[in-house]
Amino acid sequence: MYLHEAHAKDLLARYGVPLPEGHVARSPQEAADHATTLGGPVAVKALIHAGGRGLAGGVRIAHTPDEARSHAAAMLGTDLVTAQTRSRGETVHEVYVERALRFPRSFYLSLIIDQRRAVPTLLAAAEGGTDLEENAAAAPAMIQKYPLAADGSHNPAALAAFLDMLGVPDGHAGAVLAVVESLVRAFVDSDATLIEVNPLALMEDGTATAIDAKVILDGNALFRHPDLAALGDTARADATELLAQANEINFVKMDGEIGLVVNGAGLGLATHDMVIEAGGRPANFMDIRTMATADQIATGIGLLLDDPGVRVLLVNVHGGGMTTCDRISDALALAMEGRDRSLPIIFRVAGQNAQEARDAATALPVPCIIPGDMTEAVRLAVAEVARCPS
Amino acid sequence: MPILIAPDTRILVQGMTGRAGSFYTRLAMEYGTGDTGGYVAGVTPGKGGTTHLGLPVFGTVAEAVTETSPTASIVMAPAPVAAAAMLEAIEAAIPTLVCVTERVPVLDMVRVRDALRGGRTALVGPNSQGILIPGARKLGVMSTADAAPGGIGIAARSASLTSEVVARLSASGLGQSTTVGVGGDPIHGIGFAECLALFRDDPDTEAVVLIGELGGVQEEEAADFLAAEPYGKPVVALLVGRHAPEDRRMGHAGTVSVLGSGSIAQKTALLESTGVRIAATPDDVVRALGS
Repeated sequence: MYLHEAHAKDLLARYGVPLPEGHVARSPQEAADHATTLGGPVAVKALIHAGGRGLAGGVRIAHTPDEARSHAAAMLGTDLVTAQTRSRGETVHEVYVERALRFPRSFYLSLIIDQRRAVPTLLAAAEGGTDLEENAAAAPAMIQKYPLAADGSHNPAALAAFLDMLGVPDGHAGAVLAVVESLVRAFVDSDATLIEVNPLALMEDGTATAIDAKVILDGNALFRHPDLAALGDTARADATELLAQANEINFVKMDGEIGLVVNGAGLGLATHDMVIEAGGRPANFMDIRTMATADQIATGIGLLLDDPGVRVLLVNVHGGGMTTCDRISDALALAMEGRDRSLPIIFRVAGQNAQEARDAATALPVPCIIPGDMTEAVRLAVAEVARCPS
Repeated sequence: MPILIAPDTRILVQGMTGRAGSFYTRLAMEYGTGDTGGYVAGVTPGKGGTTHLGLPVFGTVAEAVTETSPTASIVMAPAPVAAAAMLEAIEAAIPTLVCVTERVPVLDMVRVRDALRGGRTALVGPNSQGILIPGARKLGVMSTADAAPGGIGIAARSASLTSEVVARLSASGLGQSTTVGVGGDPIHGIGFAECLALFRDDPDTEAVVLIGELGGVQEEEAADFLAAEPYGKPVVALLVGRHAPEDRRMGHAGTVSVLGSGSIAQKTALLESTGVRIAATPDDVVRALGS
């Protein structure tokens, strides 16, 4: 779960990370009022659940309250597209108005879980900033790794030596080390999978301040953190995706014409690949989870029937365990009941109760083709869209 | 000879009494050879002394070990307590441990991996379909309808694709020595590299199929392993997720790429450079094995 900047900073403040003073604004007037209270230049930042804002016009400096008002007006209600949002961007409902600081140097800090070593790991670089990702892609060695123990514990002297090796100025060593210690506690306590501070400003007076902060929490651990779970990141997820999720279906909305009904993440990815390589466009990614009932699967199929862009359903299911093939044909029948719209179906199933399911699917009151294998199923679905252009 | 388990493996179930646990344990007991398919006991905290599916239920793994001598355990406990169940099995030095539970918190898995270091337990999972020896032992929740004994070893990140590949192999007369679901999570127990080492040393495995996907580092670790010395057996890799958007989670938590790692193009190039044959679709695996 991605926390936007204001929520991320609230979390880090609890662990003692020094931050510029800032406030959330929901209207241009509120932004101007915050700028007046803060005094001096402020940064007006779009609160969205994605990074890359700086290069996309989502962070602007205002020297007066009037300027803060006009920056906020330009951002609020618009769809901000960054390198990290999806193509249609994310609507800006709030902005963060924060005191803009001058700082001679910056630093980059983040914590991730290293998949090879399976331990929390500190990543650090001697230069922070919005172009860090590009610079790091060109020169990966600029970001250095420091592995921590499984519980985040570490030898403070060795960590200090690591930061020194990276070039933290002597006068800032204590301040940077303190920020790292705070980030590690926040990471472990709140089940984060990423905490990133970029840039960490090294101030003239020897202090260090987190100018921007990104926090991603483990969605699977939110049961331990009801306070954080309540913050939500529903703005990032599509309503159809949330409904599917509540029905034991992993669903990702896309823009194509071929509605995919598939069980399993791997088979879902494979089907998606095959449709695109056959010249088709998937309307979605679907992974029906093992525990899904026929009613729940029907809800997922209903999302496709209700999408006017979808013109054919491609069923690709391998039955086994709780997901038998006839559960899919039952779900198709349930989804069509009470809906005016039906769609032609390419019905490719294998495994448990496959023949029963094929018999049931061909008895449905819609055109239903039973292909020989997956490759043929995909070809037929692409041909169906080509046959009846919208 | 299979890997990780054997036709005489004695199996414990942690979390047998729940809805999914009961359903899958019954199927696995019916599948394996012997009266109970190799299943000897269940463990559910607070339900010690009862009986379920005809098997004794113990309150702790330690008691079950003393009374029934299991050599493998399968964790089907719910996600919030799955790590505790795994840690208990590791503490009891169960040789082979499978966890099928989905959505286990990643920092819990960091602690489990820490407990595995230097221990005697091999963990498979979590979010795994388990381990299958066709016709002998089912330590998992996978579909078994199409499995047949034979010489192909399979290690997979996806259960549904394993079922597809197994069906095509069996239909072509290619049975399987062992199928292993290494799981779809970013932090997990043994991976492709460990499975490759075990399959290499297994005289009954003639060729290996890896079923991978975007994200994670398993395919990269497999390539490192295969580049180190000649493998001596054909290896085919089916890799999916070529067209998945990189920033969206496509079902498995492991498919989100972190810090640029894990595109299919990179994985394909690395594996091909070590002599692995690449299959683009499930329909293509049998051809790749024969080529």
